[in-house]
Amino acid sequence: MFNRTAIAPLEYTRKLWMRSWVGLTMLFLYAPLIVLMIFSFNDSKRNVVWKGFTLKYYEKALNNDSLVEAMVNSLTIAFFATIISLVIGALAAVMLWRFRFPFKGLVEGTMSLPIIVPEICLGVAFLIFFAKVDWPTDLPWPLNLSAITIAHITFCFPFVAMVVRARLASFNKEEEEAAKDLGATEWQAFRDVLLPHIKPSLVAGALLAFTLSLDDFVITFFTSGPDTITFPVKVYSMVRFSVTPEVNAASTILIILTVALTFIALKYQGVKGISDAH
Amino acid sequence: MSGPLQDWKSQRKPFAAVASVPVFWLSLFFIAPMTIVWLYSFGQNVGPADIDISGTLDNYKRATEWLYLSIFLKSLAVAALTTLICLIIGFPVAMAITFAAPKWRPWLLLGIMLPFWTNLLIRTYALMALMGTNGYMNKGLGGLWEGASWLRTLVGMQPLDAWTPVQLLYNNFAVVLGLVYVHLPFMVLPLYSALDRLDKSLIEASLDLGAGHFKTFMQVVVPLAAPGIVAGVMITLIPALGAYLTPDLMGGTDSQMIANVIERQFKRANDWPFGAALSFLLIYAMFILIALQSMRSNKVKEAR
Repeated sequence: MFNRTAIAPLEYTRKLWMRSWVGLTMLFLYAPLIVLMIFSFNDSKRNVVWKGFTLKYYEKALNNDSLVEAMVNSLTIAFFATIISLVIGALAAVMLWRFRFPFKGLVEGTMSLPIIVPEICLGVAFLIFFAKVDWPTDLPWPLNLSAITIAHITFCFPFVAMVVRARLASFNKEEEEAAKDLGATEWQAFRDVLLPHIKPSLVAGALLAFTLSLDDFVITFFTSGPDTITFPVKVYSMVRFSVTPEVNAASTILIILTVALTFIALKYQGVKGISDAH
Repeated sequence: MSGPLQDWKSQRKPFAAVASVPVFWLSLFFIAPMTIVWLYSFGQNVGPADIDISGTLDNYKRATEWLYLSIFLKSLAVAALTTLICLIIGFPVAMAITFAAPKWRPWLLLGIMLPFWTNLLIRTYALMALMGTNGYMNKGLGGLWEGASWLRTLVGMQPLDAWTPVQLLYNNFAVVLGLVYVHLPFMVLPLYSALDRLDKSLIEASLDLGAGHFKTFMQVVVPLAAPGIVAGVMITLIPALGAYLTPDLMGGTDSQMIANVIERQFKRANDWPFGAALSFLLIYAMFILIALQSMRSNKVKEAR
């Protein structure tokens, strides 16, 4: 737009139509979220006209016990699902990276299925499965969340495995052999040589699993009972039956949480890490 | 991959240590549930909570009735349209990111990825609030309408009637827009990663040798980015085909997609065997899409 130098042929990004296209796309992606966040502070029941700044809907949302409970449930599920997915995913990645074994292709293919199978089908499968095995539903908190947590782990750990395996590809096996030659046991070599190498991918995988778990609606919708409402399920029923500014406030809190998590991930990987990761 | 793979037999203990938990989990909490669904799809309701797996094919026969077949075809059409729109919007964006100054590139990528990390339900809800009859989209359209009306008076024509808010939500248009909104990042990221690997001197060569930007784009950039286009199409088409939330919240009575029909079998209609059959048909459809893609990429590999 205000070019001092002539536009080189490949500097597509400096062309006006390209800039407007990107700008409009970003507007399309962000305008709804920004409007939602701004109007969560609006002192009006009907979300259209700005009536003045207020925090009362935040107060209302935070005093809405069922909403807070749903949020606590979501965070609890995400926490446990992340930890267990991390362990299973890392083990699966090491298994596929290190060993040759019969039916390896089959195991690898099956492991990528939870990523590919439509959410609705997975949700239905868990609904039937937990009904069929008579999974207890009257356990005390947080054990009553176990069904949802199990479902979340199933679709989270393949993602962790994918991220960790990509990182393992750059590991120099000679380092591990050197450690063993110098007297390290199998476990010590794993803990002191391999684990530090894959640590960044574990952080990335954990954040991925946490967000996926926190985000999931469809699968949870089929596995949750009346006492095990998660945040997305709660928001769904609120949106379905009556839209209240409380939802705006609660959503804003979650958006800010997501942005914060993303920036933590950036701190670990660096801004450049994003463009390298793809 | 560095170093040779170890045979599991020479390393039984470490192999068992890493393999047992993932394999156990996958068998118990993925294969077992899916198998039960598969078996149910050959069953029938014999009581309020009893399902007899009799090996009947009635559920599949019922799924081929025009009512369900048309919903299936419609879901495919909606998903395909969504994918096409995402591709048209996403390609220039991916190009812009690829050719952006290095200091801007990660931030543009972050801009695409941040909505992707944001809760799907919240994004859908935010879009709905914008599209409501009192929302900003209607206000914007109203503004355009009044502008047009004013222009008409300038050239001496009758002004248009006053703007009445239109119902943007609860129809097929809203479903497609909602799906595009949700899936756009899925398309841009694989496109970017393919374009980023592309050898830029080839584009320069094409331009130097006299081809225009459009010709270069069609004959050099698009063929070279083909793997990314295929990946982007798959990664958008598959979730869009199985979308539940968007048609449920933003669609009208006639914009149901296959996932909504499946959901109904398990909640209101309470016909689990039929729902199971529909879910497996959806899964088979995914498999066909993936098989087509891998056949295509094998062909490309052979051709090289």
